[in-house]
Amino acid sequence: MEDALPSGVARVSLRRRLAPLWPWLIAMVALALPFAVDSFSLFQLTMVLIYAIAILGLNVLTGISGQFSLGHGAFFALGAYATAILLEAGAMPYLLTIPAAAILCLVAGYLIGLPALRLKSVHLALATFALAIAIPEIVKLSIFEHVTGGVHGILVGVPPVPPVLKQAIGVDQWLYFLTLGIGFGLYLMSCNLADSRTGRALKALRENEVAAASMGVATSRYKAVAFAISAMITGIAGSLCALVVQFVAPDSFPFQLSIALLVGLVIGGIGSLPGALAGGVFVVFVPNIAESVSKGLAGAIYGLLLIAIIFSNRNALGRH
Amino acid sequence: MEQLVTQLIDGISAGSIYACMALSVVMIYQAINHLNFAQGEMAMFSTYLAWQLLQWGLPYWVIFPAIVAASFAIGYAVERAAIHPLRGASELSHVVVFIALFSIFNSAAGFIWGFGVKSVPSPFGEGPLFEGALLGKHQAGILVVTLVLVAALWVFLRLTRVGLAMRAAAANPRSARLVGIPVERVGALGWGLASAIGAVAGMLIAPIIFLDPGMMMSVLLYGFAGAVLGGLTSPLGAVLGGLTVGIFEKLVEAYVPVVGEQLKLPIALAVIIAVLLFRPSGFLGQKIVQRV
Repeated sequence: MEDALPSGVARVSLRRRLAPLWPWLIAMVALALPFAVDSFSLFQLTMVLIYAIAILGLNVLTGISGQFSLGHGAFFALGAYATAILLEAGAMPYLLTIPAAAILCLVAGYLIGLPALRLKSVHLALATFALAIAIPEIVKLSIFEHVTGGVHGILVGVPPVPPVLKQAIGVDQWLYFLTLGIGFGLYLMSCNLADSRTGRALKALRENEVAAASMGVATSRYKAVAFAISAMITGIAGSLCALVVQFVAPDSFPFQLSIALLVGLVIGGIGSLPGALAGGVFVVFVPNIAESVSKGLAGAIYGLLLIAIIFSNRNALGRH
Repeated sequence: MEQLVTQLIDGISAGSIYACMALSVVMIYQAINHLNFAQGEMAMFSTYLAWQLLQWGLPYWVIFPAIVAASFAIGYAVERAAIHPLRGASELSHVVVFIALFSIFNSAAGFIWGFGVKSVPSPFGEGPLFEGALLGKHQAGILVVTLVLVAALWVFLRLTRVGLAMRAAAANPRSARLVGIPVERVGALGWGLASAIGAVAGMLIAPIIFLDPGMMMSVLLYGFAGAVLGGLTSPLGAVLGGLTVGIFEKLVEAYVPVVGEQLKLPIALAVIIAVLLFRPSGFLGQKIVQRV
């Protein structure tokens, strides 16, 4: 018993000393993976990153400002369609379509955020749910068909690898690194946002709206800004998705996509920005795993798993 | 003019379906102060149970009460198993559990009965109500059942002690508990009743839109629209809301050129959002005042 304490202390300090190494380890694995796996796995990994970015966007809304959205698939779709349509028109090189999609989603998010912020809890859930269901229908409308391709969607050309890197890596690897780089940039941006003046105002709103307002936080403006930034990040994910999948159609963005993003957010942990990655893994792989257990009952297994996860950490999600 | 009358009657027929579903939405909202996104799937599951009993040759009027009772039990059990343990958890946890329930019921129905479309007979018979009538027998039947349900629900919520307890428990669980209302049991009762009303709606809707695991998706959405339009707290409001949404849908389909037909679903959503923004209490709902 005598020496138990010192060794325990040593173990804790060792763990502490290793803690700063984790990000480097993850970074090394992330950089090495594309050279170690086959192209389908690489595609799946890229999709994990894309969903992680989308969930990061949702996390800015829910984790920082405390609102939530059942309709973020709409912004994902908007970003994807923006990229696909711009490429189809040959308006700009494909790398520029990503910021173009980002700006479009930022504006759309602000415009939708302005009325949405007047709603609370169940009403907000319903309105955003409605948005998620409406988007595929609106895209299918015959009057937009010459732009959106209607139900058939749009094929996006394979984005070329920049000439400098052409010798070293293939298209799949390039898209992976592009997604990784953008995702990392957005992650840093979100961290900074959380620690900024705006971020503190948003957190104050999340904790107590009345108190925040009486401290001089312009509640409506900040809520709309949070919605806009969140929509922008999710829209960037959509834009990357169009480049990676090289196809967009109304059925690529069913309302289940919005649901999947929300589920990924909850699984990864609300307010935990690195958790977005775990959420992305869940969104991409868990439905497949459920299907491999039983094809017919995949949905039921998925549902039971969700309930189990919610039950096991219901306090982590905050209380009423 | 004749075309307008036809459209109006079509609208009322469709609206009575939405009204029925909206009633179930109001019921759950009165019980838990939240919407259940799995409501439609639970109703669909009950309807499959009814279809199964029909296949086994039981008469409809035996099946009807049996299914209503079974659905009550399912709703009650779901509350006990999945919702009750979440007491005090955040809104978002509840939403995720609703999503999980949605997935479970949808997948289970598909697994047991397959994803093919099945037809369900109407208990009221086929054809028009009388010679030359625009309203079908089944549509008239739905309207009558819906009105009976409204009356029953209104009596239950307004005139019985249990109904009062339920409203109190949803509006302010803490105070309700302090005055001795068994809030949890009342909540489970509300789930059971909502599930039973959903089953009635499902059985009445199935002869019109046919039975398949995805049948309730849009119906639930129109039901939400109707309930929100009516004010979420009032059964009568839900029915008026549901009928309005139905009529509105048919009028747009008929009179808005080019896109009217394709815009049916977005219209339901536009109604929801417009009402939420400009008149959150709907036709007959209570104004919600929050104390801070």
